[in-house]
Amino acid sequence: MTVADLVYLRADVGPAARAVLTGVLVDPVTQTGCWEILPGASAVDRQKGSGAPHLRVIEVAPHPGVTNTTTDELVRLTASMDLGLAGIASGRRFTVAGDLTEKDLDRLIRLVLANPVIEQWRVDSPLTPVFTATTCSSHSEVEQFVLDLPGTLAQLNEERQLALDPIDCFAITEFFTNHRPATDVELEMIAQTWSEHCAHTTFRAQVRTEGGPLEPSLLERLRRSTEGIGAPFVRSAFTGNAGIIGFHPDHTIAVKCETHNRPSAIEPFGGANTGVGGVIRDILGAGHQPIACTDVVCFGLRDTPAVEIPAGVLPPSRVRAGVIAGIADYGNKIGLPTIAGAVIHDPGYLTTPLVFAGCIGRADAWREEQVPRPGDRVIVIGGRTGRDGLRGATFSSRAMDSRSGTVSGASVQIGAPLTEKQVMSVLAEINTYYRAITDCGAGGLSSAVGEMADGVGAEVDLSEVPLKYPGLAPWEVWLSEAQERMVLAVPPASVAVVEAACTRHGIDCHDLGSFTGDNRLRVRWHGTLVVNLDLDFLHRGRPQRVMDATRPVPVRTPERGCPSWLRRWDPATMLCALLAHPTIASKADVVRCYDYEVRGATAVRPLIGGHLDGHSDAAVLVEPGQTHGLAVGIGVNPWFGMRDPQRMAEAVVDEAIRNVVAVGADPTRIALLDNFAWADPRNPTTMGSLAAAVDGCCAAAERYRAPFVSGKDSLRNVYRAADGRVHEVPPTLVITAVAAIPDVAATVTAAATRAGNRLLLVGTTQPEFGGSHAALIGAPGTVAGRVHSAHQHDGVVPAPDLAAPARYRAVHAAIRMGLVAACHDLSEGGLAVAVAEMCLAGHLGADLDPVPEPAIHLFSESTGRLLLEVAPDDVVAVQNLLADAVPVGTLTEQPRLTLPDGTAIDLAVLRAHWTGAGPA
Amino acid sequence: MTQPRALIITAPGTNRDADIAFALAHAGAQPEIVPLIALREQPQVLRGAQLIVIPGGFSYADALGAGRIFAWELRQIVGEGISECAQRGVPVLGICNGFQVLVRLGVLPGGVRSAALAPNRPAGFQCRWVTLSAVSQRCAWTAGVAGPLHCPIAHGEGRFICDESTLRSLRADDQIALTYADGPWSPANPNGSIGDIAGVCDGTGMILGLMPHPENAVLSRQHPQGNCPAGAHLGSDLITRGVDYARG
Repeated sequence: MTVADLVYLRADVGPAARAVLTGVLVDPVTQTGCWEILPGASAVDRQKGSGAPHLRVIEVAPHPGVTNTTTDELVRLTASMDLGLAGIASGRRFTVAGDLTEKDLDRLIRLVLANPVIEQWRVDSPLTPVFTATTCSSHSEVEQFVLDLPGTLAQLNEERQLALDPIDCFAITEFFTNHRPATDVELEMIAQTWSEHCAHTTFRAQVRTEGGPLEPSLLERLRRSTEGIGAPFVRSAFTGNAGIIGFHPDHTIAVKCETHNRPSAIEPFGGANTGVGGVIRDILGAGHQPIACTDVVCFGLRDTPAVEIPAGVLPPSRVRAGVIAGIADYGNKIGLPTIAGAVIHDPGYLTTPLVFAGCIGRADAWREEQVPRPGDRVIVIGGRTGRDGLRGATFSSRAMDSRSGTVSGASVQIGAPLTEKQVMSVLAEINTYYRAITDCGAGGLSSAVGEMADGVGAEVDLSEVPLKYPGLAPWEVWLSEAQERMVLAVPPASVAVVEAACTRHGIDCHDLGSFTGDNRLRVRWHGTLVVNLDLDFLHRGRPQRVMDATRPVPVRTPERGCPSWLRRWDPATMLCALLAHPTIASKADVVRCYDYEVRGATAVRPLIGGHLDGHSDAAVLVEPGQTHGLAVGIGVNPWFGMRDPQRMAEAVVDEAIRNVVAVGADPTRIALLDNFAWADPRNPTTMGSLAAAVDGCCAAAERYRAPFVSGKDSLRNVYRAADGRVHEVPPTLVITAVAAIPDVAATVTAAATRAGNRLLLVGTTQPEFGGSHAALIGAPGTVAGRVHSAHQHDGVVPAPDLAAPARYRAVHAAIRMGLVAACHDLSEGGLAVAVAEMCLAGHLGADLDPVPEPAIHLFSESTGRLLLEVAPDDVVAVQNLLADAVPVGTLTEQPRLTLPDGTAIDLAVLRAHWTGAGPA
Repeated sequence: MTQPRALIITAPGTNRDADIAFALAHAGAQPEIVPLIALREQPQVLRGAQLIVIPGGFSYADALGAGRIFAWELRQIVGEGISECAQRGVPVLGICNGFQVLVRLGVLPGGVRSAALAPNRPAGFQCRWVTLSAVSQRCAWTAGVAGPLHCPIAHGEGRFICDESTLRSLRADDQIALTYADGPWSPANPNGSIGDIAGVCDGTGMILGLMPHPENAVLSRQHPQGNCPAGAHLGSDLITRGVDYARG
């Protein structure tokens, strides 16, 4: 197959102009270029006529209105050349040799060469380029609806995909009835403001468990937990765009993690790409400069047979490749290191893949007070507004079905990291010239201006919004989710400074109106008032919801000994199978797609060891020239979540904390982020599972005195297949821990460092195998070796370890005293996998000491445990600090791992399983 | 000690300008970041520079190919200015995207010879650490620099390619400044460059282009092993050498 870049020009291009353009467009060493005149004899005809057999030519170009950086740059570049171009567009041409059936060709195009959500194509004939995107919206004017008649809003709700619940419809109808007609702009705005995605209706709802009394909302529980902890380093929690913490008097840190699941399911690259862009804007919207990104991604199994993939669902391998490329593209291009994350594979994510994008920012002079004053101007900066991503907020509040790919196509966007980088630069310069700031995320301007104006009021003119192309209806302009835009409240005297900075960095800056003081929102469109709403109704008129919950009843009876299924497994075979498990296997190939070096601050990298081929428990950021910094760690375990959501939450909070403690973070200065991705909580069982997880979060946070400072929920992750079957996402809680690193010199990694050193296990090991990876592989129900995640009776999910907080403080003391050469947390796969990972990262072997119950010892996933590498002379000192530290083995020069039963496995064999190279 | 004025030229999408500014300041230079748009208004800034760097990043989002538009814009603004600076003995450094710009501009490897930085083989962006040998004694940035040097790479289009005769003349003229060498980080040659070439200089020896990022290996603690191991050196030795040269 050959690939050619296509540049379409609408112009009479003479020889001189052709020479200039060829010089710019074609690299003389690596490319050849040719000119074709359309319509007329093109390469398509020539290649067809050349007599070459089985040659198919496919031309692909983005749909009109989809962000196309190449075209944008061409337009900018050629504007200065004075070539008389009336239009410019770009695309790609694939020439495929081979005897393909029409069906195979169509599959190739849809699954590999193009994505129908964002691209169009033609086969064996030239594509007609679209030079100027125009929309064919039939409603370029405002529409009005009289809602007095019963059922009117219900019908609109269906027609316009507003995703309003019946009680919302009732409240809106009541608001407008006997009053005045509602405009489409108002209805669309209310629908998105009240959507699950924006209003977090479930997390703000009161909860009634099995008919009992009303209980506090989930958000209230998390808030109370944080207030109860009263940590001095929390500067702002659960308000605004991000959580703000201060570990050091000189600066504050902003942290945030977002999901972008639905878009990533139907356009993996664009969905993940804009997910990263969105969370970076959250940090900018919190008045901080971004310094690093994180990502946690969950996919189906890559080898899922095609027949098991429902119609309308993209194959997991394609989702994974697109998502990883999308994350890499945005982070690498904007110049932020991607430093921590996880890649999880489970059949449960086949139809509902998950993408959690996080960002961390830093500010030297953060102002807590961010409120616009009457008279301040409403300024939008950044990219232009198009029809992109319309109804993203309501889209993500609906279940997906087999038609989502086509119906909801407009909800997906492609990012422009370069524009956002320029926005970042502008904001760094004008930090003291604006009064308040927020980003345009879900709901676009309507959400940004609507939130900023709450308590103040604003009047804006939509006709002033710079558009990518004409033809947008006013509601589309107001709700567009075009990326890379920020809204600022700027005192009139400072507007010129803001405008000058934007000009310097080449981004648009427009004055839409002003903040008023009457707490009403007025929006005009070419003179007509299209929104006139009381902001109190908009933000507090949504009926308080009550959600019914049914408590999960997990298996909690502890096992007495080793489960019988595990006894049947030879430990060496089990270890190799664990290392090859898609969740445990090496992700070095993924990590290396991300620039984790830019900014020079990544002190502990996501890849560790002398060969940089092991995985770190957490990343450490220390600005060049400083000695103190931050650690960032992640905890996630959907397999525990499927069985016991409360214990799962306690376990993943513990895991995230343990990960940062393992690299040298101070366990008394840790802040947490929560991200919940659940199925539809309107189902009481799902709501009960979610509530149990929140309670687990709060209990764990209080135990470790580690407060939650921000969070986000993504609910209704449900897929309705064409055959009527409903696929629910596994209950997935991602915990991000951000902790203080007092001294970069006192950090360690999980890579084994020296032969002869002892391995000490701290923490208690119990026969807890529910949701363990050993059970995923070995418990009954496994079909033909394929991982099956939904066993009902594989054991008990590990209980929280009440002694863990004190233990982590002692581990930290040992690390600060230089007694610990390496440290690794025990998670998926237990001790056996942890030792193997330390050896693989350090390129050393280990001899494990004999123990009475090797299977429990090796494969239990009990929480609260760490493995320390300690020099023989330091063992006593460590045991003085950690009374429960037990020697379990010794590092060796010989590259092999000897298990407690005496079986020795070459490191090369373990590495082959772990890297997917197959048996060595 | 004098602090040479180091000019860092950026375009929209440049993202390692702060990193090289830190490295230059650490090496004793006085860095100044100047966007192309400002250079257009004050092209004389170029003449006052005692050292010039075009840093890494994704200028113009790599549209049309890495470095293509930056090179085009730079030529419109300064014409042959970069080569003229080199003729006057001003050290010029292009890192990663800056290397791609200098190759597109035609100043590297210079003369009528042609070379290019093609997509990596195996394909795809790679962030990893590499070991470099400082080969050229002609190049102001590498002459006298002891190896091996350790620093990271982070690129998707870094495969240096040229024809056989160009390669022969680069060798003959001592213009192969840096090569990828064996080290703990496999594979030694991370992108499929011909002759393991990581960096080349022009005929004057003043202009160096390289794909790796010595500006991210300035402090010993930035080394993946926590400390630069005995016998190896941090990549920023190149930058120190260039600043010392500029100081005269």
